[in-house]
Amino acid sequence: MDFRWEIISEYLPFFMRGLGYTILASLIGFLVGALIGLVIGMGKSLSNPILRLPFIWYVNIFRGTPLLVQIFLIHFAVMPIFIKPPEPLISLIVALALNSAAYIAEIFRAGINSIDKGQREAAYSLGMNHAQVLRHVVLPQAFKRMIPPLGNEFIVLVKDSSLGAVIAAPELFYWGRVAVGAYSRVWEPYLAVAVLYFVVCLVLSYVQSFLERKYATDDQRKKPKKVVRRSRGAAGH
Amino acid sequence: MISVKNLKKSFGDLEVLRDINVEIEEKEVVVVIGPSGSGKSTFIRCLNRIEDITGGHVYIEGTDISQRKVNINKVRTDVGMVFQQFNLFPHKTVLENIMLSPMVVRKWKKKDAEEKALSLLRKVGLEDKAGVFPESLSGGQKQRVAIARALCMEPKVMLFDEPTSALDPEMVGEVLEVMKQLANEGMTMIVVTHEMGFAREVGDRVLFMDGGYIVEEAKPEEIFSNPKEERTKAFLSKVL
Repeated sequence: MDFRWEIISEYLPFFMRGLGYTILASLIGFLVGALIGLVIGMGKSLSNPILRLPFIWYVNIFRGTPLLVQIFLIHFAVMPIFIKPPEPLISLIVALALNSAAYIAEIFRAGINSIDKGQREAAYSLGMNHAQVLRHVVLPQAFKRMIPPLGNEFIVLVKDSSLGAVIAAPELFYWGRVAVGAYSRVWEPYLAVAVLYFVVCLVLSYVQSFLERKYATDDQRKKPKKVVRRSRGAAGH
Repeated sequence: MISVKNLKKSFGDLEVLRDINVEIEEKEVVVVIGPSGSGKSTFIRCLNRIEDITGGHVYIEGTDISQRKVNINKVRTDVGMVFQQFNLFPHKTVLENIMLSPMVVRKWKKKDAEEKALSLLRKVGLEDKAGVFPESLSGGQKQRVAIARALCMEPKVMLFDEPTSALDPEMVGEVLEVMKQLANEGMTMIVVTHEMGFAREVGDRVLFMDGGYIVEEAKPEEIFSNPKEERTKAFLSKVL
């Protein structure tokens, strides 16, 4: 089998433009998803079970159905209500945002819950209100623990954005399929596309571990310390 | 200063505090002792409503904090608390730990907060640790920083919830020393502790709790040399 490099070089400008849209759609989807996820995560932590319900079911529904199905529903059923005809790239971004919000909500919630309740108690005992406790004590510590799962989520999102090809959103995989169609050759375009996704995800995983190290100041270095309780004093206490 | 009337606290079906009544005067040092599970930690945690109050009333300088509508954050600025597990903020330096609340809650200027924080660190003997993170401190040092942090809000009363129970034995002394000094300066203090020496030496009054009640209260010399109640006798015979 001869490998026809000229196919790749001819389509490289399209692949690069597609890659740009892939990154754009993933990034916007992730950022919007993070905002929605924050709200959902907080909603899921509400003490009132009735108010909590919609947030719980948001997560259930978006985690419990395939992203591809969500993309089709959003592009062909929901978006036509707002935009006629629906714009594939926008539909893709909306789907990625709504879908990632469900996962990010869980990441936020787990991160916040992982902070020892003594931290909150100490902050409240000093007179801080809920917002101040979150802003100055809980979130800075929780954020550090959220970096690894958030990084994973973003990498997953970049790869999942390739599903946009089926609604003709002009992202990287879409251009791969176009090249395949034009030349009736599968190896060159698909391999080129795979390599480009791989490079982006590799770079992202390095960025992720850089951020982890950057923010791992005190918490990470701290080894779990055994608490020595005094045996003197009340017996059995 | 603090008045507790018919205080009750339950966790689900478990009644931890059944009927607590006590008055605490300004500048008084009240030491709370009792066996494990007697409700003494829950009691002190109700005094700044870190624990929700199930029934009865707790008046802090006339404000009934058992009422939902009370601005509890405002009351808490006057009630300092020191925890068994220190609960220093690990992402902030020692100095930042102390300055945080005065700046955020009291809206002090950074310069004023820093000045006050440094003077408090001097007071607890940890001036040289201002720039380090809590993880590098020993338990005793952490607890002294926690005391300084609470004091920086200039509270009118200090609550100590087993402040030395998580410490290695050789570090207990340095923390008790700071507390003693604070008592001598006239701070109103409520201290849950197993340190009977501290209770005897520094306490103005000792409350013995058992089964969710204050079983006996008296001056330390009385309760330690001549306890009236059987349960107090039994407890003291084990710990003294």
